[in-house]
Amino acid sequence: MASVGIQIRDLSVKYGDKPALREVSLDIPPNQIFGIIGPANSGKTTLLKCINRTIDFVTTASVNGSLLVGDQDVRRMRNVYELRRRIGMVFPLPVGLPMSIYDNVAYGPRMAGVRQRGELDVLVERCLRQAALWDEVKDRLTLLGTKLSGGQQQRLTLARALSLEPDVLCLDEFSIAIDPVTTMKIEEVLLELSREMTIVLVTNLVQQARRLAQNVAFFNSSRLVEVGETKQLFTKPREQLTFDYVTGNIG
Amino acid sequence: MATITGNLNERPTPARRGTSSLQRLGELAIESLIRLCGYSAILFVFGIFFFVFREGAPMLFGGLDLLKFFTSTDWNPVSKTPSYGILGLLAGTASVTVLSMALAVPLGLGAAVFVSEFCSPKIKEALKIAIEMLAAIPSIVWGFIAYMMLNPLIIWATGAPVGLNVLNASIILALMSVPVIVSVGEDALKAVPDSYREAALALGASRWEIVYRVLFPAAKNGLLAAVLLGIGRAIGETMAVLMATGNANQIPTSPLDRVQTLTATIAAELGEAVQGDDHYRVLFVIGILLFVIAFVVNLSADLIVRGIRGKQNA
Repeated sequence: MASVGIQIRDLSVKYGDKPALREVSLDIPPNQIFGIIGPANSGKTTLLKCINRTIDFVTTASVNGSLLVGDQDVRRMRNVYELRRRIGMVFPLPVGLPMSIYDNVAYGPRMAGVRQRGELDVLVERCLRQAALWDEVKDRLTLLGTKLSGGQQQRLTLARALSLEPDVLCLDEFSIAIDPVTTMKIEEVLLELSREMTIVLVTNLVQQARRLAQNVAFFNSSRLVEVGETKQLFTKPREQLTFDYVTGNIG
Repeated sequence: MATITGNLNERPTPARRGTSSLQRLGELAIESLIRLCGYSAILFVFGIFFFVFREGAPMLFGGLDLLKFFTSTDWNPVSKTPSYGILGLLAGTASVTVLSMALAVPLGLGAAVFVSEFCSPKIKEALKIAIEMLAAIPSIVWGFIAYMMLNPLIIWATGAPVGLNVLNASIILALMSVPVIVSVGEDALKAVPDSYREAALALGASRWEIVYRVLFPAAKNGLLAAVLLGIGRAIGETMAVLMATGNANQIPTSPLDRVQTLTATIAAELGEAVQGDDHYRVLFVIGILLFVIAFVVNLSADLIVRGIRGKQNA
């Protein structure tokens, strides 16, 4: 498995006149969990959108600066579909697409050209196992994905994100709509996965970042306030603002 | 996260400000008025059915040979020995409806997808206005277009002796039902949550792959409703087909054959039929038949939609 890090230099994003990210420079090291914390509207989701270029669909957005995934300049890439296949994305709310559980996971690989039934079977099982969902759904793979419970759907979303064997996995507040037990399950899965892929974990739960991430970046009002090793950032932050946030005094 | 406290079964006590009898009377009046508006829809449907049925019933239950009615193409209500066979008219309605849907469904759904997913906001506004205007054109104007423009065009293009035929009526009906299909279909697509689109995009789907694999399955109920509304429009339309089909009572063998539809027959002959005689009553029986067809179309739509839901819940 390739080790793919992300290098961000002077990245600025504006929605119309409203800045969403201001000159952010950040290195996300490969094959570990990188936590991004910060209050609402601090630019966390915008950063993820830049990574997989879904920012292109926000017509009012203007982007400046550079963003490298591995050695490829994302902003100059012609084939964005190829880029998005290399980057798995899990959204805050579970999204079971309106098709069977099996098809939900097989959707991405099919678009990428995998047609062999046997190959797909293996792939679907592997992803569902990785997402800790296989045992609960193996007998009803033809059920509509939207009929699963919220927590199961979120793991289905994760399985789908893993189906293309991404180099980078981005999670945007994945636990916001699911129960604590499922959250713990997914957290274990993420720790397992971080050995072979780069995981960007955007979260509102400061403690979640502390539990999982090796490095953490703190965003506030569209600026990167501080980035550092998790332990250092939570115990001896350089900035007063970071201290206030991680100790719960603001946010 | 919000927490719910207290007993859920406990009804909240309504906060009553003034309970003067005048206020209560006003409230009662408004409530009855709204109730009346709601029930009036049922009242009208039953009322219309009742009157059509009353005029047709004497013939339907006495005098009319139903087997011959449905299996004979011999429609000759004004001869000395009148015969009432509507097979030709049924075939006329069916052929025009089927061909018009074959044209209108791809066109309408394609337009709905374009308007909802692919075009820029400016073009979208312009297109929606144009489509609404298309829906507002009176059917007699469509008949006029069929007669004066499409007719010579079809003669020129196909070499047929007359341009008023199944093809002509189908094109006109297709153009009339497209706006219905587009606006209902677009609403159905718009109702699909954006999170589906984002999820598919993040997997590297192209826009067409999203439409085909995600939006169509998610919006299938609404899209089906759009198509069935289009069919309803095509079956029920009278004025335009009266002018476009060429009005020859026969079973068509090619799109260039002339036909006559059920609705056009009523429109053309009711004025000349003597009120209360057999011919007059048979035309009302055709009216009952149209009612039944409309009912079956709606019912099957309902059942299909329920069937889809049932399967999803399994």
